[in-house]
Amino acid sequence: MLKANLTAIAVVVAWAASLPALAQDAELGKIREEIRQMKEGYEKRIQELEKRLSEAEAKAGRAESAANSAEQNAAAAQTATAAAASARGGENAFNPAVSLILQGTYARESQDPNQFRINGFFPSGGEVGPPKRSFGLGETELAIASNIDPYFRGIAIASLAPDGGVEVEEAYFQTLALPQGFGVKGGRFFSGLGYLNEQHQHAWDFQDAPLPYKAFLGNQLRQDGLQLRWIAPTDLLIELAAELGAGRQFPGSDSNKNGIGTRALLAHVGGDIGDSYAWRTGVSYLNAAASGRSYQDFDALGGAVTNTFTGNAKLWVADAILKWSPHGNPTYNNFKLQGEYFRLKQNGTLTYDDTAQAAPQFGATFSDSLQADQSGWYVQGVWQFYPRWRVGYRYDALRYGTLNNGIVNNGLGPTAADFPLLANHSPTRNTLMFDFSPTEFSRLRLQLASDKSRLGVTDNQVFVQYIYSLGAHGAHKF
Amino acid sequence: MIKWTRLLYVALLLAAQPAFAALNIFACTPEWGALAKELGGDKASVYVATSALQDPHRVEARPSLIARARGADLVVCTGAQLEIGWLPLVLTQAGNSKIQVGQPGYFEAARYVTMLEVPSSIDRAQGDIHPGGNPHIHLDPRNIAKIAVALSERMAQLDPPEANNYRARTKAFLERWQQALARWEQQAAPLKGMPLIVYHKNMTYLIAWLGMRELGALEPKPGLPPTASHLSELLAKLQRDPAKAIVLAAYNDPRGGDWLSEHAKIPVLILPFTVGGSDKAKDLFGLFDDSIARLLAAK
Repeated sequence: MLKANLTAIAVVVAWAASLPALAQDAELGKIREEIRQMKEGYEKRIQELEKRLSEAEAKAGRAESAANSAEQNAAAAQTATAAAASARGGENAFNPAVSLILQGTYARESQDPNQFRINGFFPSGGEVGPPKRSFGLGETELAIASNIDPYFRGIAIASLAPDGGVEVEEAYFQTLALPQGFGVKGGRFFSGLGYLNEQHQHAWDFQDAPLPYKAFLGNQLRQDGLQLRWIAPTDLLIELAAELGAGRQFPGSDSNKNGIGTRALLAHVGGDIGDSYAWRTGVSYLNAAASGRSYQDFDALGGAVTNTFTGNAKLWVADAILKWSPHGNPTYNNFKLQGEYFRLKQNGTLTYDDTAQAAPQFGATFSDSLQADQSGWYVQGVWQFYPRWRVGYRYDALRYGTLNNGIVNNGLGPTAADFPLLANHSPTRNTLMFDFSPTEFSRLRLQLASDKSRLGVTDNQVFVQYIYSLGAHGAHKF
Repeated sequence: MIKWTRLLYVALLLAAQPAFAALNIFACTPEWGALAKELGGDKASVYVATSALQDPHRVEARPSLIARARGADLVVCTGAQLEIGWLPLVLTQAGNSKIQVGQPGYFEAARYVTMLEVPSSIDRAQGDIHPGGNPHIHLDPRNIAKIAVALSERMAQLDPPEANNYRARTKAFLERWQQALARWEQQAAPLKGMPLIVYHKNMTYLIAWLGMRELGALEPKPGLPPTASHLSELLAKLQRDPAKAIVLAAYNDPRGGDWLSEHAKIPVLILPFTVGGSDKAKDLFGLFDDSIARLLAAK
């Protein structure tokens, strides 16, 4: 535009210059005046344009300086982040989360804890007896956990036994990056069977495990194997899992065989009811092979006998838990009701062997079929009636059910009196608990129990227990 | 065997259900749920894991939370270890690779603001302290603005087709927010210097923003319930330096506050603390409108 106008001026000027001299002065003056006006007009417009241009430049400059200061801010932020990072740097920057559990009891028992047995049931091999009398140290648990890389997480939990020795409670990897709700766990882990099994002992609401856990799983089922879990893409929690394991633990045994010793299938569903209730329930099935699973007993004359079971065990577990807290806030008051039912069927051969004795009753081994169909259950309620204070009651029982011991039935050798541990007995127990938790990291507990696990005797127990948690803040399972 | 096949079939049918919303957001606390709704509009489906009546420090990894985290594209939480008691468990149990720590689907609001009360030393003897600083960052509305920018960028990153929509909504939200901020600061001018007693150190950012004064907390140490001896110490302190009110969040236990209120003759003031904590705190705007109105009424 500007260029075109300037050309126009030039043309006009040239034209004016080329005017014949004889042109009248008046006419010339008129033309000159017109040109002057045009010039003025264009100069004014040029000035305006120049002004706008310089304004635009100034604006751009401001924008630039703003951008610069933003950059400076970003740089400062980066410096701050870098400083924070270097503060967290060094060789231990990737240290995993470490936590330690301290536990101990003071126990008073009316019966000798060293003589503890659950009459009517095969010994499950775990440390299922009550704690030692007087002061006693519980398991000290050391847990180390961390993400390994973007794909795996690793956890190891070692239990330091009070009289020496370290046991690996759990040591497993867990996938983080599988799609579609799948997850795999491998190594040694607590089976997802039932409700209580996956929880560590220090997180239990009572000092010890319910009777069915003691009798059928030796307190807790640890799998050396693999677990595949799948969570359904639904608002209701639907969790399905399958476990394959070596099955070295009761009700299986270390059979030194290739292949898989135990298989488990687990299904759980859970959700909320309103904003104050949360629940979870499920069924689990475990199939385990036992080969040469032996235990010590005494015959009718008090001589030592080794009994060995070889066969198959099938365990069904049904579990349910309901938790209440006002509007989902458990800080002040909450209530927890939980129960589980276990049924164990064992089918195979039992062998009776008293040949190790110097003067045996029979001096021979007897083998015959064994079928056992036994069950157990517990129900417990724990109420936090005041911040930090809880009271709980548990009733647990085992049902002897049917136990067909071919050796006794055929009447050729040992009688029922030679199998005192398998005597017809259905244990029961009543347990009352009070605990005080000053913080999430400490708990003191008083537990009173009347335990009829042994045939014909009642063990009245008083336990005072402490549980302390040091280090990393662990997240608790539901 | 037949039963298992049938179960698997049902499971597959459920798995095949399409997601209805573009972006499934799992918000740990109501304030981030409300913010995600503001920025996402109908393009985001927001699930809020906890309510204003729940103590954010004491949340359980309920089955419903695991189920919801399973389908989430984005988890929006505070961070600074506020959710440490339950979120790690939900994340490992949910079988969802998108929302693991370090993935774009894991958003921690505390990363985008300046933290207050960052402890110089860390020891549990000091109570339940957070190494990263006081995590109740949402009560300073200027923090909300910073987090909104970061969150909308994250939403745009996860859902590129709707990126411009999120940015436009965020721009509109921030404009409204700046106006509201100016209004709140004007309304709250008389609150400057107002002395308060709090229950837990969960009002720190609100107090800092409005220039109020925190004289003490009912909790003797973070996370510990009020004790008789601590309350009587506070009472003695209040006789020398009186406070205008005892400020509680909707989820705090009123008992300790009532005792002190009676003896020190100052009112207990319950603030919504987060969205849903009072009838008027229906969204983030309502949260600050109501909080300031309640504080002004106690002035």
